[in-house]
Amino acid sequence: MSLIELRGLTHVYSQGTPFEKTAIEGLDLTLERNATVGLIGHTGSGKSTLISHLNALLKPTAGTVLLDGEDVFASKASIRAARFRVGVVFQYPEYQLFEETVAADIAFGPKNLKLPQPEIDRRVAEAAAFVGLGEDTLTRSPMELSGGQKRRAAIAGVLAMEPELLVLDEPTAGLDPAGREDLLEKLFAWRQARQAAVLLVTHDMTIANRCDRLVVMSEGKIVMDGAPAEVFARGGELTAIGLDLPAPALIAELLRRRGVAVPAGVYTADQLYDAILALRGEGGAPC
Amino acid sequence: MLKDITLGQYFPGDTPVHNLDPRTKLLLTVVYIAGLFTVNTWGGYALVFAALCAVMAVSRIRPRALVKGLKPLVFIIVFTAVLNLFFTAGDDILFQWRFIRVTQTGLKRAVAMVLRVLFLVSGTFLLTYTTSPLAITDGLEKLLGPLKKLHVPVYELSLMMCIALRFIPTLIEETDRIMSAQKARGADLETGTLPERAKALLPLLIPLFISSFRRADELALAMECRCYNGGEGRTRMKQLHMTWRDAAAFVLGALFVGAILLLRRLGI
Amino acid sequence: MDPVIRIENVTYTYPDGARPALDGVSLDILPGTFTAVLGSNGSGKSTLAKHLNAILLPGAGRVLVDGMDTADEKDLIAIRRRVGMVFQNPDNQIVANVVEDDVAFAPENLGVESAEIRRRVDAALKQVGMYDFRMHAPHLLSGGQKQRVAIAGVLAMDPEVLVLDEPTAMLDPRGRREVIASVERLCRDRGITVVLITHHMDEAARADRVIVMDRGRIVMDGAPGQVFPQADRLRALRLTVPETTELILRLRAAGLDLPPEAVTPEACADAVKEALCH
Repeated sequence: MSLIELRGLTHVYSQGTPFEKTAIEGLDLTLERNATVGLIGHTGSGKSTLISHLNALLKPTAGTVLLDGEDVFASKASIRAARFRVGVVFQYPEYQLFEETVAADIAFGPKNLKLPQPEIDRRVAEAAAFVGLGEDTLTRSPMELSGGQKRRAAIAGVLAMEPELLVLDEPTAGLDPAGREDLLEKLFAWRQARQAAVLLVTHDMTIANRCDRLVVMSEGKIVMDGAPAEVFARGGELTAIGLDLPAPALIAELLRRRGVAVPAGVYTADQLYDAILALRGEGGAPC
Repeated sequence: MLKDITLGQYFPGDTPVHNLDPRTKLLLTVVYIAGLFTVNTWGGYALVFAALCAVMAVSRIRPRALVKGLKPLVFIIVFTAVLNLFFTAGDDILFQWRFIRVTQTGLKRAVAMVLRVLFLVSGTFLLTYTTSPLAITDGLEKLLGPLKKLHVPVYELSLMMCIALRFIPTLIEETDRIMSAQKARGADLETGTLPERAKALLPLLIPLFISSFRRADELALAMECRCYNGGEGRTRMKQLHMTWRDAAAFVLGALFVGAILLLRRLGI
Repeated sequence: MDPVIRIENVTYTYPDGARPALDGVSLDILPGTFTAVLGSNGSGKSTLAKHLNAILLPGAGRVLVDGMDTADEKDLIAIRRRVGMVFQNPDNQIVANVVEDDVAFAPENLGVESAEIRRRVDAALKQVGMYDFRMHAPHLLSGGQKQRVAIAGVLAMDPEVLVLDEPTAMLDPRGRREVIASVERLCRDRGITVVLITHHMDEAARADRVIVMDRGRIVMDGAPGQVFPQADRLRALRLTVPETTELILRLRAAGLDLPPEAVTPEACADAVKEALCH
């Protein structure tokens, strides 16, 4: 069974006031275990509203959210259960750190779960290890950490809840290139180890490129859903809704415009490299 | 949601009311409030209401915006009404049940008090809806200018006010964001005993404080980079100018007060 | 040509720092040029930026702006007026709650006469494409729009140099494009000197000159076409190589005759087409 299923999800903010705004409309989506799904769409396309429904922070105006086939909004208990089974890391999560030590901050979620102390300790240690925070860091104040370390501590705070679905909103925003790469590798390793589902909200097409599946949103609706190859093959449509193309797909598109016969569906560096070499000596370019 | 608060909101526009000098509007608001508190007849309230409607029409502020602004005050208004309705002494009893007694005087007073609160708040809302906070602080600064001689840092105070107003929406958004983040970690802000709830607010308040200090730091730096050097020697893009419009507004204000006094004398 | 900013052997250590954040940096910035500064976190690039308008003063060495020493207190305002600074978080640099009032803040501080302020504010807003939003409240704008208002707020000082410290780090792709396009236009059309600190290689690829910092020193300095092809060196500095350059280097290794200095996607596509013809 799918881990999570959204059926006909609609959310209208400030309903019945002059400020009424439909953020998402009639949206269907299922997420499976052990897969990384990328969610892309420009600001205001409804991504944030969508993810707030996954852990029951927002109640849909219409439609249902099913977790393992059960309605999340059935009862107070089921809402609370969803909070813990679906972990959400919002943008710039380092701003949520508040405890005196990193360890105490990571323990905040497990404590709210009312777990026994040894279990909390185990989870804190494990989550910290996953994001690469050493023992010595755990006893320090979050305020003394570097920007990148703060980010990882905040993410560990959500990992420690051991969610079945982990949602991350722009987890690498503002990090330097090495920090970006490092964090991504850790997240992919975590997903692998826990066989969990991961939903990555991102603007960064090099990240999107590495997901198993991509969901594209525009104006409150899902407009594309498929493997990265399928989605990036529709480059023109992506640009039309204000999204970037991955660099190789962009270069391929620019080459086509210059009359070079690069085949459709090229979106990774390796594919582009192979395609260009294949064209060599074939007269694939107008001269 | 927190974002819906409209208190102190400004609706930009290009109407005769918007274009009045903020000093004129501030002074006339004071005159209006003084007038309102002199009223003791139904005719007087009708006049105040007419004046409000006229300003609203000229400034093209929708009644809806005003109603929305008044919503958070419903409790105070109901409280005022109840207090006056049930706790006014008098012999002209309309209704009595055990210790609850409604008198005609009480009813009249309740209605009058509710009108007074409504008109008072609506009047000040019209000021903030039609005058940018910066213009209000500018106007206040000019009106309070003489206090500079007494070494009151009038300019700094008005800048502080302006920045505070600028950051209210930002901080509200931030509060929403942190609240979501902590709820996502299972924080429970809604149930529990009072001390429990107070403690549950820490995960919200601490990050909010830290981030406010960070913002203050960064803003101070950005202001320095833009050559902020205190109020000394500063000029203004928008010079305050009194024009014939302001004179006309003062004449209307005087007529308003005159009419109120007349109605009071006549007892209408 | 005389440099508009001259940095002479500057060393700076933060009060609580173990090692210097800047360690013997020398650099000349020529007027009208577009310089990008790259480096991993902690490489000293923000510290360098803060020296350009006397937010920080050198521990040793000196920084000259139009020949004025930043350590000279009496020239402080003159220096800050010439070197405008835009920061990462657009929210935390906007003072007023109406766009045009915010843009007026700096010239008001400088005691500029009010008709002239009006002229400058309108011109600055037009230059960044935000004139139609002059009466808006900043908090209702998008990130990219706010950042352009912040740039206009600096332009209203009539600066010679615009320093931007990771101005696009918090923006979405659309906002990034808007901001970088504005900055490029200001440099190319208005002759404003730009110093852009960034983590994004594709932004740096648009500059005239790329400076790479590591541990408080300048370790690479040259045109993007000279710096980016040194892929191994960049990776060793915890930086990535633009994907265009990466592709060109691989194709060169496979025997295609491509110029390594084609770093923008357009230049890369042109070069590949050219090479396929031969």
